[in-house]
Amino acid sequence: MTVPTQNPTEKKSGRAIEVRELHKYFGELEVLKGIDFHVDHGQVVCVIGPSGSGKSTLLRCVNRLEDPTSGTIVVEGVDICDPEADLDDVRSRIGMVFQSFNLFPHMNVMRNLCIAQQRVRGRGKDEAIEVARTNLAKVGLAGKEDAYPAHLSGGQQQRVAIARALSMDPDMMLFDEPTSALDPELVGDVLAVMKDLASEGMTMMVVTHEMGFAREVGDKLVFMDDGVIVEEGDPVEVLADPQHERTRSFLSKVL
Amino acid sequence: MKRSTKRRLTNGILYGILVLAVVLLGALVNWTAVKDNFFDSAGWGRDGNWDDLITIGVKNTIVYTLIAFVFGFGLAILLALMKLSPVAPYRWLATGYIEFFRGLPALIVILVMAFGVPIAFGWSPPGGLVGAGLIALILVAGAYMAETLRAGIQAVPKGQTEAARSLGMSSGRTTLSVVLPQAFRIVIPPLTNEFVLLIKDTALLFVIGVEVGQRELTTVARDLITSGPTAGTSTSLIQAALLYLIITLPLTRLVAWLEKRQQRAR
Repeated sequence: MTVPTQNPTEKKSGRAIEVRELHKYFGELEVLKGIDFHVDHGQVVCVIGPSGSGKSTLLRCVNRLEDPTSGTIVVEGVDICDPEADLDDVRSRIGMVFQSFNLFPHMNVMRNLCIAQQRVRGRGKDEAIEVARTNLAKVGLAGKEDAYPAHLSGGQQQRVAIARALSMDPDMMLFDEPTSALDPELVGDVLAVMKDLASEGMTMMVVTHEMGFAREVGDKLVFMDDGVIVEEGDPVEVLADPQHERTRSFLSKVL
Repeated sequence: MKRSTKRRLTNGILYGILVLAVVLLGALVNWTAVKDNFFDSAGWGRDGNWDDLITIGVKNTIVYTLIAFVFGFGLAILLALMKLSPVAPYRWLATGYIEFFRGLPALIVILVMAFGVPIAFGWSPPGGLVGAGLIALILVAGAYMAETLRAGIQAVPKGQTEAARSLGMSSGRTTLSVVLPQAFRIVIPPLTNEFVLLIKDTALLFVIGVEVGQRELTTVARDLITSGPTAGTSTSLIQAALLYLIITLPLTRLVAWLEKRQQRAR
């Protein structure tokens, strides 16, 4: 396995995610119709839009859970559509949080947090456990090491999922509607963890319906509809004064 | 007539038919013949058939079942993974194998393995005739369990694979650490069922004559029809049937319990 060597200063000057002319078909259906999009280092970019607009597909293309039909995606300087790219290595440096948590139900919390550290990062058991404990404390779940996912609430499961991703020391985090499957009273805990992450300077791409979060935490807001980016800009401005009719009509329904 | 009276009457008639059928059957049976043929007292006592049936028959049946199950399960994992492989020829190979061995009577596979293969290839399977019979059982059991296992693997939510891959795990590591452990849990009840079927399938090994010490329960029982304290009667078969039930009933009950528990967990 070859790990691309990177000059740290060069890395910081480039973009974290750079997407050009991205098209994606599911069979005959074109779900992404030429997306140009980027995320800078340390930036929090929120992607909003109606369901079926392609926002989750865009996010899932960034770590190649979906294969783009055409276009380029460069993540931390690595062209991930290059057949020679080491996808496992790229993915191990991109944290991903899913709508349905996707914790491993047959492992306890500690094992969930350690398995990829040990099997992918090659960390020793003691080091992995230490990193896991630090991240569990960070999401407010210290003491839950031995619990199994089934015994945790949705909000706790999602915070464990965030801690699991963080334990890999990722360069960036992708969030795919992280609070959509949660009971309303549990959403706040998860958003608070994400807010902390953002304030620490983590590069984040967040597909969400939480307009409050986008306005408060986001550096950039992207509105997608029908496979294209309709409008993007400063979240406060876009939310207060949308320039596009489609954005206005969407926002009037959700705000 | 009141509705409740009518229902009681219907139930009464149904019970009546049942009792009549039992009594009729009891009257038709020649009880002396049954006693002489199936329950010869010489076989049920301390010096009867139990010794041979249990120390040779039951022991070998259990040993053969375990061997066939363990190796058949290993084969099934391989076949199930091949059937889900992105490489098309592997899929064809696995599908062909499974369809072939599920479509054949196990009896024919055993006979071909024991007598056909040595003649055709000039090669005898290790372990002599018993080895040949066991290989046949493994080949057949592997085909059945592969299908069960494939269904179990596909029942593991796709999000599990995605989560593992997004953490940088390779496809092999994902299968080993995330998918298979969850698939095994899903297939425990149907696999226990197949274990029970396998116990009974070992009885087919009677067609290959093997040394006395290597015979499984059904063969031992058949031997005891022609020799021993109950020679000339079928007593030993009844005893063997009882022993099979003693082995299989707890297992089938276990399956029922596991299935109930799994439904509750959903």
